[in-house]
Amino acid sequence: MSVDTDTVKRVARLARIKVSEEDATRMTGELNAILGFVEQLDEVDISGVEPLTSVVEQTMKKRADGVTDGNKADDITLNAPASEDHFFMVPKVVE
Amino acid sequence: MTDLTKLTIAEAREGLKNKDYTSLELTDAFIRNIETANEKLNAYVTVTADKARDMAKASDAKLAKGEGGALEGIPLGIKDLFATKGVHTQACSHILDGFKPAYESTVTSNLWADGAVMLGKLNMDEFAMGSSNETSYYGPVINPWRKKGSNQDLVPGGSSGGSAAAVAARMCMGATATDTGGSIRQPAAFTGTVGIKPTYGRCSRWGVVAFASSLDQAGPIAHTVRDSAIMLKSMASVDAKDTTSVDLPVPDYEAAIGKSVKGLKIGIPAEYRLEGMPADIEALWQKGIDWLKDAGAEIVDIAMPHTKYALPAYYIVAPAEASSNLARYDGVRYGLRVPGKDIVEMYENTRAAGFGEEVKRRILIGTYVLSAGYYDAYYLKAQKVRTLIKRDFDLAWENGVDTILTPATPSAAFGVADQDLHSDPVKMYLNDIFTVTVNMAGLPGISVPAGLDNNGLPLGLQLIGKPFDESTLFQVGQVIEDAAGSFAPEAWWS
Repeated sequence: MSVDTDTVKRVARLARIKVSEEDATRMTGELNAILGFVEQLDEVDISGVEPLTSVVEQTMKKRADGVTDGNKADDITLNAPASEDHFFMVPKVVE
Repeated sequence: MTDLTKLTIAEAREGLKNKDYTSLELTDAFIRNIETANEKLNAYVTVTADKARDMAKASDAKLAKGEGGALEGIPLGIKDLFATKGVHTQACSHILDGFKPAYESTVTSNLWADGAVMLGKLNMDEFAMGSSNETSYYGPVINPWRKKGSNQDLVPGGSSGGSAAAVAARMCMGATATDTGGSIRQPAAFTGTVGIKPTYGRCSRWGVVAFASSLDQAGPIAHTVRDSAIMLKSMASVDAKDTTSVDLPVPDYEAAIGKSVKGLKIGIPAEYRLEGMPADIEALWQKGIDWLKDAGAEIVDIAMPHTKYALPAYYIVAPAEASSNLARYDGVRYGLRVPGKDIVEMYENTRAAGFGEEVKRRILIGTYVLSAGYYDAYYLKAQKVRTLIKRDFDLAWENGVDTILTPATPSAAFGVADQDLHSDPVKMYLNDIFTVTVNMAGLPGISVPAGLDNNGLPLGLQLIGKPFDESTLFQVGQVIEDAAGSFAPEAWWS
């Protein structure tokens, strides 16, 4: 499978990365090189093989559903580019 | 007085205990080396000299009382991927501009609890995506090694290029690093240092900036096998904050060093013998086989038929996980923000300006392979191939193999801005061909310096172990180190 420039632009939109016409053209070639490389996997017989979901045989650790952390609003907004009264500030979302 | 920066961690541990010198003297010696070398090598992105001296003084107070942890007073460098409270933590990306976390990663917390001293944060490929340390927002790291009679700048490998270069150039005693596809072992091999990626789940990923969560593991880069064992003992832990951290006690890795390898079964996979592999690498591998045979180990041929599919499967799994992990960089909660006419344009502008080309490439690949209609054809298939790769290893262990010996990299260090490698992203990816299988199967792997090529550049051998059997890697690694000796670059930068 290979991608065209329109597909690259659509994927970039999904990934929320602005790309120029020039970027999209260049990236199309690069992405096709990578997709061409991974095409080798078509040679592998995967019938009846389960996908690997965990490399370590361990049941997922669980803990009681209790509050173990919190009251750190200062810490959480510490690095925000724009914040006010412990809220993150963003451009207007709702008209 | 002897040059304190030439000591190993094991030697400095003794010297500090015996009060031959203080941690402050040791730390100052490294800060001086950093001041001299960093302009040329670019290994550190931030030097925390004042903090280092404060930590060293605190260590000296403990040592004076005969107290102190396993790494008391030992000056280390920290890869920029680890969250360090109040200190530059940006994964060497523009998108994390100015980020200083209010918390400390578990791995670095463990190191400080054991008395280590932080010298600063080390350069790396942006978000650990790269094999040459050239994707860093802070510019490439220069390898302390040069070809004989050449002034050409070489790469230190990546993504932990700053960690490897800083150790090789004596800008720290040891460094933290991380490995998603080979990012500890490949730079270690390129710089004549020892690097170990432990089993997935051995070191906590909490507070380590995520790249591909099912593959990422932290580990050390150091001068010797023993030093890497000392560091891993402190870095590893069981951590409730990481659900993939495994509930197993951390063994005393140093106890394995010096043990005979007599009777151990060493597997040699023919599939790692690549067509067109440099003769130097082939010869090095044979030398490794001979050393282990001479030490009494049994050499057995093993089959790893899915080896060649590990790298293509990796370039589906890793970008897929990365595209999801890196969705958090949106210009709202931390780091860079580039305004737009509405919130979506703000996201798009921020991510366009904040991510470098390699990171964007991987996010787009990941987004594509996870997008509707393609999931089964790419991601699911890659995860099935991953099962087969792991099965290759499981069969070797079932047949009684104790460890597998392979070359660490398909070449020695290459030039900065290599035209050939930059013309095709896949060519750069091939650097990880021998290391990436280990991440796909979650196994431990160590790279040990084993010789120099005909240009005088270091080469490494890799040992792959059973899950949570890092001890055997240290045991066998020491035999290689004893046979090969150690390698140091000429200090052209000072």
